[in-house]
Amino acid sequence: MILRSTILAVVAVFGVPAGLTLYIFLVEKGINRLRFPIQKRIRPWLWLAPGLAILSVFLLYPVLNTLVLSFLNNDSTQFIGLQNYMRIFSDREMLIVLRNNAMWLVFFTLVTVTVGLLIAVLTDRVKYEQVAKALIFLPMAISFVAAGVIWKFMYEFKPKGTPQIGTVNAVLTTLVPSFEPQAWLFNPSINNWALIVVGIWIWTGFAMVILSASIKGVPKEIVEAARIDGAGEFQVFFRVTLPIIKPSIVVVTTTLIINVLKIFDIVYVMTNGILGTEVIANRMYKEMFNFMNFGMASALAVLLLVAIVPVMLMNIKRFGQRGEIQ
Amino acid sequence: MKKRTKITIAVAAVVVALAFLFVVSPLNQQKVRAAGERKPVEGTVSVLAVWGGHELDVFKEMAKPFEEETGIKVSYEGTRDINAVLTTRVQAGNPPDIAVLPGPGKMAEFARAGHLVDLSTVFDMEKIKADYAKGWLDMGTVGGKLVGVFAKVAIKGLVWYNPHALDDEGIEIPENANQMRAISERLSRQGKTPWSIGLESGAASGWVGTDWLENIFLRQHGPQKYRDWYEGKLAWTSPEVRETWETWGEIVANTDTVYGGKQYVLSTNFGQAAAPLFMDPPGAYFHMQASFIQSFIKKQFPDLQPGEDFNFFGFPPIKPQYTDAVEAAGDLVGMFNDTPQARAFIRYLTTPEAQSYWTSGTGALSANRNVSLVFYPDVLSRNAAQILQKAEIVVFDASDMMPGKMNNTFWSAIMSYVENPARLDSILRNLEQTRREAY
Repeated sequence: MILRSTILAVVAVFGVPAGLTLYIFLVEKGINRLRFPIQKRIRPWLWLAPGLAILSVFLLYPVLNTLVLSFLNNDSTQFIGLQNYMRIFSDREMLIVLRNNAMWLVFFTLVTVTVGLLIAVLTDRVKYEQVAKALIFLPMAISFVAAGVIWKFMYEFKPKGTPQIGTVNAVLTTLVPSFEPQAWLFNPSINNWALIVVGIWIWTGFAMVILSASIKGVPKEIVEAARIDGAGEFQVFFRVTLPIIKPSIVVVTTTLIINVLKIFDIVYVMTNGILGTEVIANRMYKEMFNFMNFGMASALAVLLLVAIVPVMLMNIKRFGQRGEIQ
Repeated sequence: MKKRTKITIAVAAVVVALAFLFVVSPLNQQKVRAAGERKPVEGTVSVLAVWGGHELDVFKEMAKPFEEETGIKVSYEGTRDINAVLTTRVQAGNPPDIAVLPGPGKMAEFARAGHLVDLSTVFDMEKIKADYAKGWLDMGTVGGKLVGVFAKVAIKGLVWYNPHALDDEGIEIPENANQMRAISERLSRQGKTPWSIGLESGAASGWVGTDWLENIFLRQHGPQKYRDWYEGKLAWTSPEVRETWETWGEIVANTDTVYGGKQYVLSTNFGQAAAPLFMDPPGAYFHMQASFIQSFIKKQFPDLQPGEDFNFFGFPPIKPQYTDAVEAAGDLVGMFNDTPQARAFIRYLTTPEAQSYWTSGTGALSANRNVSLVFYPDVLSRNAAQILQKAEIVVFDASDMMPGKMNNTFWSAIMSYVENPARLDSILRNLEQTRREAY
């Protein structure tokens, strides 16, 4: 069994490039017979054909299929029009899900970008810059599931008076004598925030790294000129640095938005959506695999797609612009 | 053409041809070997279940004699989110050979979709009917075909206690719910919390609460209404169901009666929630849980002696006409792939020999009548086994009998209720709406 899998893997790794090379070769051989102007026109399409075929099968077709399924009922036997979508925006549970995603969207993105920017600016002036940045970036090296498990332990709750084994409760009860241990993940007024903190912890490093590189790219002459003109620290930052790194901020923000709309692992591992923490991706998973409601699950998937695509387009556009301004 | 190009093309052609052959040709060793042989001598059987920790150790021990005798390797995969994992794999056309089914409800869904193998072609039906009481076999039958058998079973609704703590307080075992309530009130007045409850369980958080409600419901409204309830014929907003929730609310929604208040109840894993019984001084005196909690207690407190340091009594009757009622639950096992290895293993699982591993290792009970009481390791499991056999009214875990979505909503409803009991009305309305859609 293992042998067969290994052989399969080796064959795939070498076979795919080999197969493509063979294909291109055959295409060239075939085209050479035709007249040159025709050659020039069809060659790009023939070269792109394998890629386009794979994209169509694995990307285009599923998207279209999901779209169709979202207009059908749960076992995909009846056409029900926009009912699934209407339910998403009217059902009480669904509204909580949407609210949670909005909370993640606003709070997570704002704080991550702000903290990332702050750290990028501050570490720029310190000798131990590399160490600090490495430490902040470390959480990005672990999987989100692992981060979720770690923080689940950190948020652990034990009743007042008994030893606290969760880091957060332990630290707070030690530092603040009157503090009562909280069941962070099980209290509906704070559990969403507790989860968002985990997300921030993971992604701040990403924001910091990109913004740090961008800040270092600000031409020193401009900053010096501003200082000579009598600008204070804050003025230099807000009037000079910030406008110049704005494209980077936009790229970081849009990347974070795209990621946060799809958030799943953290919620799944830590609470699995109980007590008002559910997000769209989790709901989609439950509807699909636990409840077998293909229609609803597809509608949620389409909703996510519609929400993310504009942000993604903006991201790509800005990504191209960034190079020009530098 | 240059020579180098020619060679590259030739190599590419050969590799592609090889790839094609490997991927397309039916290189399935299992089928080739085992077809036509009376006793399979090799191969694997894949098993998917929820067992972990101690339960998993026992399972591996149980599988060893089988592996040695038949040479078949048992490949186990465990997950607490069995519902999602199993459904996904079945959908993907890649189900495990054998899997623990999340409940009769889900089993019926799989069976109707044609994914489960008819076990009457695998077992010696005469023997199975002799070994297992009709109730157990009926539970695993869908549309007249036997598709699930019980690997191990448990009684739910046992009230666990620490005999020393009860002695110290001068408490006697209550014979009915009124006496139970009196004891509870007495303890609360003294500033002690009588009950310990823990609802957390990953994706299935809240199932402990469903057990509570089921036991209360059974004793308040009887087995007929109980059946109507899980079959979806009884509205969640009905007075019967509401009464059951409110009865439970008297215990769980009151900070004076449950250890650690709602924060503890919501965030503590079910396997740890018996711990307050053994604190010094005791944090709580009673813990309602199934018979299998025994192995969790033994693991946490290895020095405790069953019977002396921890014991149980049956859930107190509420209405006299529904005494001697018992709620049972079990791990239903079904077969998805009809391979000789899977057949051999599922046959092994149902033998008294295999079952005795479960009973002696984990305090689980066996539905197989022929497992000698000798294999029950201690007085507690023997008592539990006897309760099961003697009971007049036996029902199965209602939430396991409900469709997946209803079950899930029930679990969340428990969590929401404990979080804010004042919202009972809207919680019940939500459950009722789910019932209309799910059945």
